Amino acid sequence: MTEILRVENLKKSYDGFIAVNGVSFSVKQGELKALIGPNGAGKSTCFNMLMGQLRPTAGEVFLDGSRITGQKPREIWRRGVGRTFQITGTYQSMTVIENVQMALISHHRRLFSFGARAWRLYRDEAMDFLRTVDLQDQADRPCSVLAYGDLKRLELAIALCHRPRLLLMDEPTAGMAPQARIALMQLTADIVRDQGVSVLFTEHDMDVVFAHAHHIMVLNRGALIADGSAAEVRNNPKVQEVYLGGGTLFKEEAHA
Amino acid sequence: MAFFFAQFLTGLANAAALFLVASGLSLIFGVTRIVNFAHGSFYMLGAFVGVTLMEFLPGAVGFWGAIVLTGLVVGLIAAVVEMVVLRPIYRAPELFQLVATFGVILVIQDLALMIWGAEDRLGPRAPGLRGVWRIFGEPVPKYDIILIAMTPFILFALWYLITRTRLGVLVRAATQDREMVGALGVNQAWLFTGVFALGSALAAWGGALQLPKGGADLLMDFNIIGAVFVVVVIGGMGSLPGAFIAAVLISVLNVFGVTYLPQSTLVLMFVVMAIVLIIRPYGLLGREEVAGEHGQVGAPETPIRPYGTRGRMVVTALLLVLAALPFVADQFLLILTIDILIFALFAASLHFILGSGGLVSFGHAAFFGGGAYAAALLVFHTDTPMELAFLFAPLAAGLLALGIGWFCIRLSGVYFAMLTLAFSQLVWSVAFQWRGLTRGDDGLINIWPAPWLNGPVTYYYFTLILAVGGILVLRHIIHAPFGYALRAGRDSPRQAEAMGIDVKRVQLVAFAIAGVMAGLAGGIFVFAKGSVFPTELEIAKSFDALIVVFLGGVKTLAGGVVGATFLSSVEHWLTRLEYWRLVLGLVIIAVVILMPEGIVGSLRSLWARVTGSKSEVSK
Amino acid sequence: MTLLRRTLLASAAALALTPAAAFAQDSIKVGEINHYKRMAAFAEPYKKGIELALKEINEDGGVLGKPLEFIFRDDQGDPAEAIKIAEELMTRDGTVMFTGSILSHVGLALSSFAAEKKYLYLASEPLADTLVWKSGNPYTFRLRASTWIQAAMLAEQAATTDAVKYATIAPNYAYGTEAVEAFKANLKMLKPEVEFVAEQWPALFNIDAGAEVQALERAKPDAIFNVTFGTDLAKFVREGGDRGLFDGRDVYGLLTGEPEYLEPLGDEAPEGWFVTGFPWYGFEDGIPGKIFVDAYVEETGETPKIGSVVGYMTAQSIAAAIEKAGATDTESLRMAFEGLDVENTPIGTLHYREIDNQSSLGAWVGTTAVEDGKGVMVNWEYKDPAAYTPSDEDVSAMRPAE
Repeated sequence: MTEILRVENLKKSYDGFIAVNGVSFSVKQGELKALIGPNGAGKSTCFNMLMGQLRPTAGEVFLDGSRITGQKPREIWRRGVGRTFQITGTYQSMTVIENVQMALISHHRRLFSFGARAWRLYRDEAMDFLRTVDLQDQADRPCSVLAYGDLKRLELAIALCHRPRLLLMDEPTAGMAPQARIALMQLTADIVRDQGVSVLFTEHDMDVVFAHAHHIMVLNRGALIADGSAAEVRNNPKVQEVYLGGGTLFKEEAHA
Repeated sequence: MAFFFAQFLTGLANAAALFLVASGLSLIFGVTRIVNFAHGSFYMLGAFVGVTLMEFLPGAVGFWGAIVLTGLVVGLIAAVVEMVVLRPIYRAPELFQLVATFGVILVIQDLALMIWGAEDRLGPRAPGLRGVWRIFGEPVPKYDIILIAMTPFILFALWYLITRTRLGVLVRAATQDREMVGALGVNQAWLFTGVFALGSALAAWGGALQLPKGGADLLMDFNIIGAVFVVVVIGGMGSLPGAFIAAVLISVLNVFGVTYLPQSTLVLMFVVMAIVLIIRPYGLLGREEVAGEHGQVGAPETPIRPYGTRGRMVVTALLLVLAALPFVADQFLLILTIDILIFALFAASLHFILGSGGLVSFGHAAFFGGGAYAAALLVFHTDTPMELAFLFAPLAAGLLALGIGWFCIRLSGVYFAMLTLAFSQLVWSVAFQWRGLTRGDDGLINIWPAPWLNGPVTYYYFTLILAVGGILVLRHIIHAPFGYALRAGRDSPRQAEAMGIDVKRVQLVAFAIAGVMAGLAGGIFVFAKGSVFPTELEIAKSFDALIVVFLGGVKTLAGGVVGATFLSSVEHWLTRLEYWRLVLGLVIIAVVILMPEGIVGSLRSLWARVTGSKSEVSK
Repeated sequence: MTLLRRTLLASAAALALTPAAAFAQDSIKVGEINHYKRMAAFAEPYKKGIELALKEINEDGGVLGKPLEFIFRDDQGDPAEAIKIAEELMTRDGTVMFTGSILSHVGLALSSFAAEKKYLYLASEPLADTLVWKSGNPYTFRLRASTWIQAAMLAEQAATTDAVKYATIAPNYAYGTEAVEAFKANLKMLKPEVEFVAEQWPALFNIDAGAEVQALERAKPDAIFNVTFGTDLAKFVREGGDRGLFDGRDVYGLLTGEPEYLEPLGDEAPEGWFVTGFPWYGFEDGIPGKIFVDAYVEETGETPKIGSVVGYMTAQSIAAAIEKAGATDTESLRMAFEGLDVENTPIGTLHYREIDNQSSLGAWVGTTAVEDGKGVMVNWEYKDPAAYTPSDEDVSAMRPAE
């Protein structure tokens, strides 16, 4: 499998505090990879550097072999990286389908178009994306009245609009009911399988992680302490030490 | 050297009163997030109340006692104002409260005129402090020394209050995070009232303390408010030490400006503010404003839709009525309608960036007046035909907006607003002071339309077509992909950037489009009136537009146009009354309290409730 | 709901609320547009002066057998608003002409508007020279003595002293700059060796008096020309007095002697300044001015300001013009105003020049002093403007061809 994302020695420090300390890893084509770690381990900081919201103190990020370190989020998006956020960032003043249409307008490079009526553009295409995440019935409702889980799925649909080769999902299931979590991750796994998209996600819920991720990375205090299959990670003594408090999950998984 | 030092002392003495007033504004903004334009009014009240009290209380004890009492009296008045006017509307959209404070200004102006009369009052001298002391041979007024000596104590008292008392802890908590205060079980309403009263008392003390150097007059409120905002913004909104540093900086620079660049008195502080904000986008000691942290409170905006068939028919019918107006109306109604149409287009252009873009501009008059001046200058100096000069108005205004926008777009929130204000003041000062080109405040006169357009009816149609056309174009853009991209950048800049939208670039283009439309309005204006004066570039002009947009309803599409029509009509009728400012102020306050979503927004909600229909889109 | 529907509704509402065109022929109406709120301190005495004159005129039987009536409107000091009101007054309220404005720029806007629409405008208070000279037009007449004339009167006095180095301080707007230019030009004409060592330009009503006084002191002038007024003047006088700026220096004050500005200063009024103003307290019994002062005090219970006398003479001038015209159409009134003589004004007979539509009202000049805790003018005299006006050829050359 070809390597789609490669991260080399990524580092971020604020006034002496080191949030991320020399992290290196890669994500392969069609891979569903999780980045886990306790609170404050540096997961979001890592994500924000990959997507260009934060500029790394040191280190490099390569997408398909070309360097994207320090580029702006919109430039990285143009290169084929989609993203969902821990706290959803949908457009509250638009309808559900308009949120998707907005992404499609950007995808088709028609942002500076003044003539057309925006809500007419790419409506069918947008509806297809809504179907993918099973939101077609809510297409014309205002985004502001959507349930949280639906917003998460909407964000996923938005992220897919640019036909990304890599999806970065920050806590995709946070704040959702257990049943909905499983559904969303199943959906994500299907997308990975059907469309050949690679996914890198962070997650708190170990059920979700161990049920779906092909590979798992563990971040602790800004450093990567494990990177491998579910079994490898589970049996890694360093990981067990870190997760001593939350180890129950591992054991259940181990027996499963 | 002695002279330098004496100048420095003059600056420090000026800084004392300025800092007092500014610290009050900064406190109020930090805690309540209200941009309080009425702050100058409490300063003026302080001066008048102080003068009155000093007439009753004799001697040194009376003098200083009167100053202390002034703060208490005005603080009490402010508390009442806060409870009656502001408390009902804290949950209205961000910055909506500034409209209410504008109403308060009008009310206080007329009440002060009723109570104290029109004549200026000379402030009493501080007993025993008349005359000068000599410092290195230079005369320095005794009262200046007292003011300078007092400042550290005032600063210390405020510092103690903020860092060492329970009230201070609450104030700091509220400045950092409003929600937290509620979570701590503190009655937020009373905290806001208390802080508003304290802030206003500080303004009143500033007004009373300057009495021995000046007096009390009815223009004080407007005369200080600009400087106070500049100080608070340079210092960083909500930062007391910042306000202190900025007050000293501005006052001392002013003194040196007066000596070495006497013509600079009008704009120096705005130049300083522009430079500071370009280098430090959040003022000297301010902190970054997180988007939405001021709480997009109130109901979220509903999605927009163009009119359906019925709506279109109504619009068409109304256009026909407007088109038929010259056949039924007298000449003056045409003139009045022209004025309203011009104002409506101007307001719509501001509403475009404010509503869809979330860009609150305090300096939009720069483009209205800029367009008017561009056309007028061509006609005045080169006898350019009217048709050509007219085209130049939107063009020049658009270019001006592109230039100013390039600097301002990097900032956000109140800082963006204040930088646009600074630039509009620079444009104003060019028109005001470059007398060789613009004739200064004598204005450019005899700028009349080409003969074929020069008649009330023809010019009415000219205005109708262009103003309605401009408004429709703006509405069309709002529904176009560009308008959606603009709203996307407002709703969630983070998401927008992550889907390939260059938010700043979209905003800059929107800013320029708004400039073009404001310039178009300015162009129509200058040929309708036959003259243009720097008044069209004044801060007051910018605020007229801002107020009608909020009054009409920010979160609606027709808000600017409706607000402009409403205010023009009401004002036109009221100004023939003796105390029209009082009535207008009360009308504005009433509208603000009764219709917290603006006229259009509230009518829409009412309509939805009456018909029981729950429309999820707005038009 | 649509924006246009609302636009129309509101317009209709405005129409309904506006008093129906009052063309009732029982009075002759004149429009009076002023900054009643923004410049209340100056506009109120002016209005009272008008009201006094109207009362006297109407007790005398009015004009052309009808009562004379003024419609007072507030323009907020905004030229565009003033023009709109003028239009309304002329087309809807049936006024035969309009007058008013204190601020020169509003006066200029109204003047340009009058010329374009062929309405008649009597500029009562604005001082700008350009109003009747460079920007003059046949439809604009002006009552008060302009900046140039008043500055020339002060310059004449200044030229008689030994002072050579002058400093000026004037508010930073057209009136201030025009006044300084006029004083300089007149003084240089009379005494070419004078030099101007400092020019200070404080913002109007926002003076930093301490700094201005320091800057003036630094230039070490022999004499100072002051144009500040109102609150600026009060602050300037206080700081200047405290810091000794005026010690041993001649000071010339444009308008400083007007009660509007001198009275609020109380016992802190400057002493020994040579100023233009309005010394009503010094009028002797029997002169026309004294009769006006007595009537005004009796009517209003207040002492008169310069605005009072200007307002009074404005109404007198308009009444006289209407009587002379015998009609109320614009052209008849305009012809009547040209060369009009107004009898029994506070300065005797007032004349409107044909050459530039300027009245013959002069100015009172004198020296300031403090008497009984009040600032007054002493050793004053009333000066006719003729001697200070440019020659007829120069005036004609300045006015645009008619």
